[in-house]
Amino acid sequence: MQKVAVLGAGLTKFSRRAKETGKELAFYAAKMALEEAGLEIDDIDAVVCVSAPDAFDGVHMKGEYLSDGCGASKKPFMRSYVGGGSGVFGIINGWYHIASGHFNTCLVVAEEKMSSSMPHPQGIFNAIYDQFLERPLGVNLLWIFSLEMQRYMSVHKIPLETIALVAVKNKKNGLDHPCAQEGIPGNYTVEEIVNSEIMCWPVTRLMVSPVTDGAAAIVLASYDFAKKFGKDVIWIEGVGWCLDTSYWTNRDLYYPRYVEYAARMAYEMAGIKDPKKEIHVVEPYDPFAYKELHHLEGLLLAEKGEAPKLLEKGFWDRDTENGIPSSPSGGLLGVGNPIAAAGLMKVIEIYWQLKGKAGKRQVKREVKRGLAQAWGDLMQVGTVVILGK
Amino acid sequence: MKERVAIIGIGYTQLKPISPEVSFREMIYEAAVKAYNDAGIEPKDVDTFVAISEDYYEGTAIFDEYVPDQIGAVLKPVHTITQDAITALAACVMQIKTGIFKIAVLEGHSKASNIVYPSHIDAFALDPILVRPLGFNPIFLAGLEMQRFLIETGNTEYHTSLVVLKNKRNALKNPIAAYPGEISIDDVLSSNPVSLPLKELDISKKADGAFVIVLAKESIAKKLVDKPVYIEGIGWLQETPNIERRDFVNAIYLQGAANMAYREAGIKNPLEIDFAEIDDTFSYKELQHIEALGIARFGESGIMLEEGYFDFDGAIPINVSGGSLGCGNLHDANSLRGIVEAVLQLRNEAGERQIENAEIGLVASWRGIPTASGGVVILSNRE
Amino acid sequence: MEFKGTPLKDRDIKEKKVFYVDWHVKAHYAWDCGIALSYFFEGLKNGKIYGRRCPKCKRVMVPPRMFCELCFHPTDKWILLKDTGRVNTFSVSYLNWDASRREKPQVPAVIEIDGASEGMGILHLIAHPEKIEWENLEEVLKYIKVGTKVKAVWKDEKEREGKITDIKYFIPIKEGK
Repeated sequence: MQKVAVLGAGLTKFSRRAKETGKELAFYAAKMALEEAGLEIDDIDAVVCVSAPDAFDGVHMKGEYLSDGCGASKKPFMRSYVGGGSGVFGIINGWYHIASGHFNTCLVVAEEKMSSSMPHPQGIFNAIYDQFLERPLGVNLLWIFSLEMQRYMSVHKIPLETIALVAVKNKKNGLDHPCAQEGIPGNYTVEEIVNSEIMCWPVTRLMVSPVTDGAAAIVLASYDFAKKFGKDVIWIEGVGWCLDTSYWTNRDLYYPRYVEYAARMAYEMAGIKDPKKEIHVVEPYDPFAYKELHHLEGLLLAEKGEAPKLLEKGFWDRDTENGIPSSPSGGLLGVGNPIAAAGLMKVIEIYWQLKGKAGKRQVKREVKRGLAQAWGDLMQVGTVVILGK
Repeated sequence: MKERVAIIGIGYTQLKPISPEVSFREMIYEAAVKAYNDAGIEPKDVDTFVAISEDYYEGTAIFDEYVPDQIGAVLKPVHTITQDAITALAACVMQIKTGIFKIAVLEGHSKASNIVYPSHIDAFALDPILVRPLGFNPIFLAGLEMQRFLIETGNTEYHTSLVVLKNKRNALKNPIAAYPGEISIDDVLSSNPVSLPLKELDISKKADGAFVIVLAKESIAKKLVDKPVYIEGIGWLQETPNIERRDFVNAIYLQGAANMAYREAGIKNPLEIDFAEIDDTFSYKELQHIEALGIARFGESGIMLEEGYFDFDGAIPINVSGGSLGCGNLHDANSLRGIVEAVLQLRNEAGERQIENAEIGLVASWRGIPTASGGVVILSNRE
Repeated sequence: MEFKGTPLKDRDIKEKKVFYVDWHVKAHYAWDCGIALSYFFEGLKNGKIYGRRCPKCKRVMVPPRMFCELCFHPTDKWILLKDTGRVNTFSVSYLNWDASRREKPQVPAVIEIDGASEGMGILHLIAHPEKIEWENLEEVLKYIKVGTKVKAVWKDEKEREGKITDIKYFIPIKEGK
C-alpha cells in the first residue's frame, strides 16, 4: 500500500449566506490548498468532490455542476456521498486514489451551499426519512437528533447542564477560528445554553450548529511525490468507515457502534493499540452538543457514559495537559456547519495542529497524531481518519 | 498491488418499464442474492461495498442511508458514488489495489418508473443561473449535439436510425431486455420529432432493474471461481459541466477515459478489442462514442455501421445486449448492465448472443444529459 | 492566511441587493411499496400491525421486510403484533418540518411494539391521552418517560387508507392494559 501525504489545505469563510456560488466557494478553497502545497492544477492527477444533499444547492447531479469549481475539468473526477460523513470521507476517497498506486496527486474539495434552499434548508431534511413510514408523519430533522439525545441522556443519566458544557467549550474555541460564521462563536454560560429557545426538547437552540455556506479542500500526494517536500509532511496513518442499517428505529441509539467499527478499522491500519494514549488531539463531529460526547465514546477515547464526566473535569479542553483536546477548532458549534465542508474543516484542523500552524487554537500538549471523525445519514455512518507526523 | 482485480459474481433482475410488485429494497435483494450465489460467497466475506445512486433519481435526500440492508452490508464499510457505474467500479478497483481489501461488491439500480416528472428532474441538473431559466425541456441538449455531430462528421440520420434498428434487434436475443423489437429505418425517421434532429425513436426509454457484481483480487478470484473476468484497464473523465464550453462533436470525456484505460491495459490499437458495450442513450451517441474510442476514425462510424462492422456477426460487435435502446435506460446503472453483458460474453455464458472467441471486451459509459462525463473499462478472460 | 468568502445578510436577498434566480422543482415520486410494505399497509387498513419473522435469527421485525438484513436470509412468516408498546425514546418538538415554530409542541417517539423482538421500534407521534394536544413541555414530561406504556389510537375504519397515518397517534396508558 502506498503511503499518502497531506500537502496543503484550504478553507473559505463560513457564513449563513455567501454571495459566492457553490462553484466559486469550491474554487477559493481548492486554490488556497494548491497554493499551500506549492502546486498548480495541472499537477493534480485526479479530483474528488464531496458535498451533502443535492437539494441544498438546488442542482440534481450536484457533483457534475461543482466539478469545474473543484478543478476537475478534463480530469478523472469522482463524487462520493455518505451524507454528513462526507467531509471526512472525501479524504478517504482521495486516500484510495493514491494508496492504490493509480495516481500521484489528488485534490479533495468539500463544498456546501445550504442557503440556496428556501424557505429554510431544514426542510430538505424531511426527505432523509423513509418515504413510506416516516415522511407522512410530518417529520423534521431535529426529531431524530432529539430522540437520540434523549436516549443517550436517559441510559447514562447525563444532566442537560453537562451536555451544555460542550457548546460552551466549542463556542469559546471557535472565537479563535478565522473562518468562523458571524454570530456563532462566543462566550456563553451553561445557563444561557440550557435556557435558549427549545427547538425539539431536549435540544435547545444553542446546542445546535447553524446552517452554513462554505468550502474546504486538501491536496493529497503519494510518498514519492511528497518526498520532495522534506520531513515536515503530514501522513494519513489510518482510515475507517462503516454504515449501519437504515432501520434506525430498530437500533438502540444510545451508542454509535458504527463509529466504533470505523474507528477500529482506522486504528488497526495505523497500528494503534491504545487509542486513549496514542491519539493526542481529536476532532469529533459535533453538529449537536451531545454528539461530541456520543462520538468520543464511539471512538473508544472514553468508556460508555464516561465522556460527559471527563468533560466536567476538563479532560477535553483545548489547553489540557493530560487529557485529549477535543474540537480545538471550535467544531461545528463554534465555527459553522456547511456539512461536508465542516467535516473536512475538522480534518484540516488536525493537519494544522500537527504542523503547529493552528495559531491561537494550538493545543498546549505535544501532538504527533490526531483523529478527525464525521457522522452522517440516519444515525448511520462513521468516517474516521488518523493523521500523523 | 500488482495483481489484477477480477469480477467473480454477477446478479441482475429482469429489466421492465415498471416494477410495481417490488420495492427498491426487494429488487436489489434479488440481484444481490444471485450475485453472491454466482460468486460462491456470503456478504460476511465482503470487505467493502460501493453503491451507485443520485438523490433526485430516488426521491430521497441522502439515498446512501438506504443502501446497506439489501446487499448485506450492515455495519461494514459502504459508500455511495454519485457517478456512472464505471467510475464506481474504479472506486472498487482502487480500494482492492490498496491491498487492504480483498473482496468488494458494487450495486447499481434504476427505479426510473417512480419518477413522475422525469424531464423536470433532468432540468434540475441544468445550470440554475444560465441554462435552466431558458425553460427548455433539457432534451434540447441532445438535439443540439446531434445536429452539430452529424454536420461535422458527415454521419447521417440514416446511420443513427440504423443504430436503433441494430440494437433493438439485438435485444430480441436478450431475455432481460425491456424494449426489444424489429423496426425499420423508416419507423425511426418518421417517428415523432422531439428536438430535431432528435426524434422519439432515437431516444432510449427508461426501465427499472438492479445489478450487483462481486469483485476480488486475482489470487482470491482464482481460488473462488473457474472463470474470473479480469479488469485490464479503467479510466474516467469529466470534460466540463459548462455547456457553452463543451465540444459538441467529440466525446472528449470518452477520449480521455479511453486513453487511461487503453494505457493501463496495454492496448495500442483500439481494434484489438473483440466487442464493446457502448452507451447509446441516444442513437447518435453510439456513433459519437465509437469515434471517441478510436474504433472508427472521425466521420467513419456511420459507414462502418452500414457495412456491418458492428453487427452481431461483424468484426467488432457493439451492443450485442441491445444497449439502452433495446434494454432500457437505467440512468447510471446502464454501464453496469454493459459490464454484466461483457462478463457473460467473456465467460462464454451469453447463450444466443454469444460472440465467438471473445477475449477482450470494452464497456463505455456516459452519465446522460446534461453531463459530459463518462468512463471506459477493458475486461478480459486472459489468464 | 487569508480566507475568502463574502457573507450576505437576509435583507440583501429581501431587498434585492444581490442578483438571484428562483426555481421550484417538480420533484414528485410514486414509490413502489413492494411486497413487505404492501402487506403491512393492508394490515394497517384493517387496524392491525404485522411484523415479519426471520427463520434464522428468529427476530420478529417491524417495520416488516422480506429479508433479514443481518442474516441476509428471506423472512418467512407474518406475525400479528399488538397495537401497544413502550417508549424507547421521545422528544418534544416546537418546530414544524420547515423550521417554523409551533405554539403547542408535538411528541415524536420511537415505540417498541409489543409482540415484536426487543428493540423493534417504529417512529410515530404521542398525543395527550384526553386532550390530544399537549399544552407545553412540562405537561408532556408528567405523562411520558422512556419506558412508558402506550397504545395506538386508530382512525375510523372507513377513513383508513393503508398508510402509516391510519394510526392517528399513540397515547400513554396505565400498566396492565
